[in-house]
Amino acid sequence: MKSLHALQHELASTSTQLDLLEEGVRDRLALPLFQQKMEQAGLFPLQATGVEILQINVGKMCNQVCKHCHVDAGPDRKEIMTRETMEQCLAALAASDIPTVDLTGGAPEMNPHFRWFVEECHKLGKHVIVRCNLTIIVANPKYHDLPEFYRDHGVEVVSSLPFYNADKTDRQRGTGVFKDSVRALKMLNEVGYGVEGTGLILNLVYNPAGAFLPGSQEGLKRQFKRVLRDEFEIEFNDLFAITNIPVSRYLDYLFSSGNFDGYMEKLINAFNPAAARGVMCRNTISVSWDGYLFDCDFNQMLDLPVDSRMPQHISLFSADALNNREIVLHQHCYGCTAGAGSSCGGTTA
Amino acid sequence: MNPYYNAEDLKKFGKIGEFQETLAKKFFDYYGEVFAEGALTAREKSLIALAVAHTVQCPYCIDAYTVDTMEKGCSEQEMMEAVHVAAAIRGGASLVHGVQMMNKAKELSM
Repeated sequence: MKSLHALQHELASTSTQLDLLEEGVRDRLALPLFQQKMEQAGLFPLQATGVEILQINVGKMCNQVCKHCHVDAGPDRKEIMTRETMEQCLAALAASDIPTVDLTGGAPEMNPHFRWFVEECHKLGKHVIVRCNLTIIVANPKYHDLPEFYRDHGVEVVSSLPFYNADKTDRQRGTGVFKDSVRALKMLNEVGYGVEGTGLILNLVYNPAGAFLPGSQEGLKRQFKRVLRDEFEIEFNDLFAITNIPVSRYLDYLFSSGNFDGYMEKLINAFNPAAARGVMCRNTISVSWDGYLFDCDFNQMLDLPVDSRMPQHISLFSADALNNREIVLHQHCYGCTAGAGSSCGGTTA
Repeated sequence: MNPYYNAEDLKKFGKIGEFQETLAKKFFDYYGEVFAEGALTAREKSLIALAVAHTVQCPYCIDAYTVDTMEKGCSEQEMMEAVHVAAAIRGGASLVHGVQMMNKAKELSM
């Protein structure tokens, strides 16, 4: 399977995605655009509350090609953050009191400077989160020691596992992914990740394998805990239930399966002002592989940069300015404000 | 448009109070409480509802509880086993009447 980018698919164009989202909501569904919905809830303009998390996308290269990927990541994506851009990120972190660095991709570990960058962030005393797809750990012998590396640098590991069986997981993430994920989870458990008393945090991310919303995060966590423990002897700390956002490959899935209208209608009807108040973009800045600044990883993938009055590049980073920015919104934002809400840390309401 | 069993009608269920608000409110309050976490988990209740939906053969309920069980993280195997529970009870309910038939047949036979 190739990325939309490699296939030169029409949805590889971010302006096409934005146009289709807006046309769908306004013209076909005749429902309010996201900004109108926020105005009705008294939440427009949505203001940032500070920058507590610097989420850095170190590249779009990945060993997997998941059907729902909003990054359109894959082995054919060559966009990788350079060491120079990483140094600019480190300078921004050193000059600020941002406590958390959240590394994502692609598979962030495939960036050749990944380990050095984690070490430097750790030296700055930052809490480092790595969004690890699990299978990278077993993909090649050079990655087999990642669990020890994470442990030695106090990294919090956050890993996607859309279901507790192979069938649904592999349908979303590729053949054999569940089996490899189980193997990687066991390796993480072996060095103490997810094991009570070690302080090594292993959190799982659940996202629906299809065109439906996640149910109760607590209920899903209970079920995952039971099955993974009973059937695979795997332990983890927490489970974050995340809603699929209609961007890139998930958007393509919605259109090609005929689910776009139904899914958007469901998101819009489930709009929850409490979830909207808690969205993660309010306390996060997202950095792209080439150093540009966005309100979140989804805005990054849609080429929607931060408020034009703000510094646009990590080399110009100013927490003082960005703390008071207005969040850039579009129709995909309905994904984070539906029901119990959705963020990289799970529900928000 | 077919006037019977339109999938779009499921979305109008919440407006059933338009003709009788008080009873609709009582029903939906009760409904919400029935499906909340209790001695049974919300997940278990959803699987029961899916089975019952097949027993009463309500297409709206089947759609609603297919989505609901999926949202609650049920596997497709669990969902189909729930449907088989409904089928077994329905089939059993027919078959157990065979005893009545046997009783009558024996009563009338030499």
